[in-house]
Amino acid sequence: MSVSTFPSEQDAAPDYRLSARDRQLIVATQAGLPLSSDPWATLGRQLNMPAGEVLARFRRMQEAGVLRRLAAVPDHYRLGYRFNGMTVWDISDQAVSEMGRQVGAQPFVSHCYRRPRHLPWWTYNLFAMVHGTSRQEVESKAGQIRELLGETCSGHTILYSSAILKKTGLRLKKQGDPSCSE
Amino acid sequence: MRLDSTDKQLINLYQRDLPVCERPYLEMSRQLGISEGEVIDRLQVLQSDQVVSRVGPVFEHRRAGASLLAAIAAPEEQMDLVAARINRAPGVNHNYAREHTYNLWFVMTAPDEDTLDERLDELEHQLRLPMLRLPMIEGYHIDLGFDIDWEALP
Repeated sequence: MSVSTFPSEQDAAPDYRLSARDRQLIVATQAGLPLSSDPWATLGRQLNMPAGEVLARFRRMQEAGVLRRLAAVPDHYRLGYRFNGMTVWDISDQAVSEMGRQVGAQPFVSHCYRRPRHLPWWTYNLFAMVHGTSRQEVESKAGQIRELLGETCSGHTILYSSAILKKTGLRLKKQGDPSCSE
Repeated sequence: MRLDSTDKQLINLYQRDLPVCERPYLEMSRQLGISEGEVIDRLQVLQSDQVVSRVGPVFEHRRAGASLLAAIAAPEEQMDLVAARINRAPGVNHNYAREHTYNLWFVMTAPDEDTLDERLDELEHQLRLPMLRLPMIEGYHIDLGFDIDWEALP
């Protein structure tokens, strides 16, 4: 389980600045890492950079916390998880951090965040994304979260996605725009 | 889309963390008990079948720039129009329709916090609809995927 807060509160070097060469690497791997036995050398040939430097830069970005990880990111929708429920919870301020950690540790939760309330329009301060092959499955998982939260929770709802209107896998555009995977 | 046990094991093991080392696919092949070439072939097939959306780096967006989850309550009859405007706005990378009064949920990104605020202000002004801005205060489990229950899948 990963616990992190605002960047200034993270352990990783807060002052790490991406160099132009780091950015070149980020742009070059937006669609993915080359599927070749030495992907760093393949990237290096594309960018005219020694393979050793390519790997060293990735390692440094990882140490600095800029690169979270390398991963084979599955498409859950394609796998059959057609129901994506954003479960949102109204948790007492004193309990929300502890409850967030517990909810985030559930094997069926893919993201779990604390976000601000906007009273009176929006009363929920904890978000947990739950995936299922049916609505019942999402609901039963939300029920498990509800039990875990006990008296700390005074309300919740589930927002099902009815359409994905835009989802770009891009992580960083050329002009330096980041992208994220929320 | 037919996945055998090796494909499933590959996804289970590497959906979260793939080794950042000189020969990542060789390292994977040792753990999976297949050849490096087969790891690469399987990843290629999984990617072209879109079972795996990408094999590659996941960057920390809050370190590479700024981003924020926002929601809009669009009147039902204006939803398509509003959604299209959101999609066209610079920096929007996700936009989901959800069944709720707040029916459009999107992620706005920018190179820095100030630009992010400007982009959100501009979009809010353009839409003439109030926007919920929901920055992350604390993350407890960020984008690490979840355990796939292969038995339960159709």
